[in-house]
Amino acid sequence: MGEVFRPKNSDEVSSAVKDALNMKASLELFGQGTRRSLGRPVKADASLDMSALTGVQMYEPEELVMVVAPGTPMREISQVLIEHNQQLAFEPPDYGPLWGLPADKGTVGGMIMTGRNGPRRLSAGGVRDYVLGVKGVNGFGELFVSGGRVVKNVTGFDLPKILTGSFGTLCAATEITLKLLPLPPEAATLVVSGLKDGQAVAAMTRVLTETSIPVSSAAHLPAEIAKLSRVDSISARQNSATLLRVEGFGPSVESGIQGLKKVFGSLSDMFVLDKAETQQLWKEVTNASFFIQTEKPIWKLSVPPSEAAAIMSKLGKGLTTQYFYDWAGGAIWIEAPASEDAGEAAIRGTLDSVVVGDGHATLIRASEEVRANIAPFHPLSPVLAAVEDRLRKQFDPQGMFNPGRMYGVRNAN
Amino acid sequence: MPAADAAIIGRRKEFVAELRKMVPGEGVIDDDASLAAYECDGLMAYRQRPLAVVLPETVEQVSQVLGYCHREGLKVVPRGSGTSLSGGALPLADGIVMAMGKFNKILEVDYANRCAVVQPCVTNAAVTERVTSEGFYYAPDPSSQIICSIGGNVAENAGGVHCLKYGTTSNNILGLQMVLMDGSVVRMGGKHLDAQSLDMLGLICGSEGLLGVVTEITVRVLRTPETQRALLLGFSDVESAGACVAKVIAEGVVPAAMEIMDRTAIHAAEAFVKVGYPLDVEALLLIEFDGSPVEVDHFIAMVNEIAKKAGAVSSQQSNSEEERKNFWAGRKAAFPAIGKISPDYYCMDGTIPRSKLPQALRKISELSDEFGLEVANVFHAGDGNLHPMVLYNADKDGDLEKAEQFGAAILTLCVELGGVLTGEHGVGVEKRDLMEVQFTEADLDQQLRVKCVFDDQGLLNPGKVFPKLRRCAEGGKMHVHHGELRFPDIERY
Repeated sequence: MGEVFRPKNSDEVSSAVKDALNMKASLELFGQGTRRSLGRPVKADASLDMSALTGVQMYEPEELVMVVAPGTPMREISQVLIEHNQQLAFEPPDYGPLWGLPADKGTVGGMIMTGRNGPRRLSAGGVRDYVLGVKGVNGFGELFVSGGRVVKNVTGFDLPKILTGSFGTLCAATEITLKLLPLPPEAATLVVSGLKDGQAVAAMTRVLTETSIPVSSAAHLPAEIAKLSRVDSISARQNSATLLRVEGFGPSVESGIQGLKKVFGSLSDMFVLDKAETQQLWKEVTNASFFIQTEKPIWKLSVPPSEAAAIMSKLGKGLTTQYFYDWAGGAIWIEAPASEDAGEAAIRGTLDSVVVGDGHATLIRASEEVRANIAPFHPLSPVLAAVEDRLRKQFDPQGMFNPGRMYGVRNAN
Repeated sequence: MPAADAAIIGRRKEFVAELRKMVPGEGVIDDDASLAAYECDGLMAYRQRPLAVVLPETVEQVSQVLGYCHREGLKVVPRGSGTSLSGGALPLADGIVMAMGKFNKILEVDYANRCAVVQPCVTNAAVTERVTSEGFYYAPDPSSQIICSIGGNVAENAGGVHCLKYGTTSNNILGLQMVLMDGSVVRMGGKHLDAQSLDMLGLICGSEGLLGVVTEITVRVLRTPETQRALLLGFSDVESAGACVAKVIAEGVVPAAMEIMDRTAIHAAEAFVKVGYPLDVEALLLIEFDGSPVEVDHFIAMVNEIAKKAGAVSSQQSNSEEERKNFWAGRKAAFPAIGKISPDYYCMDGTIPRSKLPQALRKISELSDEFGLEVANVFHAGDGNLHPMVLYNADKDGDLEKAEQFGAAILTLCVELGGVLTGEHGVGVEKRDLMEVQFTEADLDQQLRVKCVFDDQGLLNPGKVFPKLRRCAEGGKMHVHHGELRFPDIERY
C-alpha cells in the first residue's frame, strides 16, 4: 500500500483526488475500514482515508433531518439520535461481529456507501429512502452537490440514490444529509412457534395481505437458528419461531398484537415478546448474529417473498440447515459450507432457476481469497452491466475509486 | 428551446414513411389537425407542434423507433397523459413525440408479493381502483391522479398529499423495464426489494424522460388502512399553524398528511365548494391520520392537545367518512377555486425546510406587494412543499411576464432558505433556467455526465431540466477549467 491521504475537509479531498489523477494512481476509500469484508478486496496504489472528516454538522430534530460528515462514527450518531427519541428508520445493521470485529464500530459514510438494510426494509424502506443529499468529490477532483435537505425534491437527477450503496466507486462523499424518523415508544413481537418454512412464509403473507395491522417487520427462524438466539424464550423452545413485530405508541402496539393473535387463533403455540426482548431479538435478526460463532460463508438473497420457501426447498437441506428468512420471505440469509466457491454455484444457480432474473444473492462473508475469486455481487444482465460501466466512467474516468470492489477491475481508458 | 434543425424538418416525409414501417396503421400521426392535440401539456403557456407523433403498442416497436431515431439523429419527446405542470412533455419542432397511450394495461396484480405490474399509461387512480376490492391501494396520490399516468409519475417522481408518511413514487416502485435511446431494452429491479448493484431504479425515477422510455413498472401496493380521520384546525396567523406542524413532528407523530391553506385560499375554496370552513381564521391546518381506530383516536386526542398549546383558535374532527371528505373537499378544490376568483393563476412548487415557513410567507407577501399581484398559498406543510398561486390576468399586457418573474423570485427564495426549486412538479421547461440558482456548474456537469450515459447525442427530451447541453465524451476529456466559457460552440437556450 502506497501513500495515504487523510484529508480533513472537502478541499483536501479534492486535492488528494487531483494528485491521484495526475499520478494515475488508484485509491482505496475507507473510513474506519470496518466494512472491507463486503465486496471484493481492493488492490489500490494509495489510500484515501476519510475518517478525519467528522462531525454532525447540522441536526434539526423538528425537521427530522441531519447533516453529517462521512467519517462520523455511527456510535456518535446513534447517541445523538437517541437523546432526541429519533432514529434511522431502516435499522442500519452492524455486521462487525460477523466479520470478527468488535461491535459498534464504523462510520456513517461506510454505512451509506455499503447500503445494507435491516428488517424494517419491509415497512419503512432502505438506506436509499433516507439519504436526501450527498456532497462529494468525483474522479475529476470536482466537488459536486446532489439532492438537498428536504424530502420532497425533484430538482435534477436523484444522484443520492445511485451514490448510496455504490461502495465508494463513484465519488468520495464529503457530506451526507439524512432523513430521520421518531423512535417508536413501544414495541412488541408476536412469536408463532413450530411452523415449517412454507407455512411460515404463508402465515407472514397472510398477515400482510389479509389484515391492515401495521407490522414493521416479519421474519422466520427455523429451529436450528432459533436455538442460537440469546432471547431465552426463543431458544428454549427448540422449535422454529415466526416473528411479527409491531411498533408505535402504546395503544397501537396493543391493538396490533391483539389483531395478530386473532389471525393465528387456531394455532395454540404463540407468545408475545415485550419491548426489551423485542429489541434484543430484532437486533440479532438485523445483524445476523446467529452466524457469529462460525467463519463459514454467508449469503443474503433478495427475492420476491412468495418464492422464498421454494428456493430453500430446491436448494435442499443438503447444502445447509443454517438459514433464516427476513422481510416476510423477501430476504433469505444462508450460511454455506466452506468451499472453494462458497456455495455460489448452488445458491445462485437455484435462485436464478426459480425467480428467473427477479432477485439476487450477495456474498456477505467469505475469506479474502474466496471474495477475490467469485463475484460478491450477483452478475448483472449484459445491458445493465454496460450501463453501470458507462456510469462509473462518467463519475470516475480513470477507474480510480475502489477499483474492482463491486464488479471486475476496469482498465483506465 | 434549442433552435430547430431545418434539415431535420425538411426530412419529415422520409421520417414518417420509415416510422410507419415500424408502427403500422394509425400509429404515426402527421396531419396538422391531429398533431394539435399534442402541442402542449399541463403547462399551457408553452406550445409547439411536433414533427410527428408515434403511438407504439409494443416494447419491440418502442425499441425499433428509438433505435431508428438514434441512428438518424432525430429527437424524441416521451409523453404519458400530458399532465406535466412544468412542460416536461412539450414537443420540439424538429422532433417526434412518443406517446405511450396504448401502453394502458395492468399486466398483473400479485397480492402475495404486494405489487402490481403495469404499463406506463395506466393512470395512477386505476391502480388503486383495480386493487381496492382486495383491500389494497397505491400510495402516491398526485392531485391529477384520475388522469396522470404511472409512467409520468415515474418521470416526475410524483408525490401527493400523503407522501409525508408514505413517500413519493421513488419509494413505492420496485421494478422497471425501460428502452434506452439506442433501442436496447433493460430491466431493473423486479418484485424483490433491494437493488442488485447500483440503484438505477432510484436514478430513473424523477429523470423527466431524459434517460429512457419506461415500458413497464412494478409498483408496490399497500393494505388500505382500517380508518382515516382528519382534524381541521384554525389559526389566527399562518406562522402559528406552521409552528404547530413542527410541534406535532417533535412529539414523534408522523400523520398521513398535513396541509395548510392561507386566508385567500380558504375564502376561495369555501366560496367554491361551501364545506363550512371557518372564515374568521388566517390559516387552516388539515391533519389526517390513518391506522387502526385505537391508534387514530390516540393521535387525534394527542394532536388536539398540541394544537391547543400552539394557539389553535378552532378545532373540528371528522367523525364520519363524509365529514373527512368534506374537510378535504375544500383543499382539493383549492386550484379550481382560485381559478374562479382570478382569470389566471400561476402555481409554484418550491420546497423549504419547515422551520423557514414563517420567513418564506412573510417574504412572499412582500413580493406580492412589490409585483402588485395577489397570491394565495396552499402547501403540503408536513414536508415544506409550497404551492403559492400567483393571481394574474393573461389579457392584461405584461401580467404573465410579471407573474413569471414573481414565480422565479419565490423559487429563488426557496433555494436561499435552504430548499429546492421543485418538490413534485418537475423542472421541465418551466424552471430550467433557474437550475443555476440551486446548482453550481460542477453540480450540473455531474448530472449532465449521467445524461451522457443514457443518451450520448442528447436526443431524448432535450431542452428540459438543464439550461445547457453538454458534449458527451468518455473518460472526462471534456474537463472544464474554472472560469472558462464552456463549449462556446454549443448553443444555450
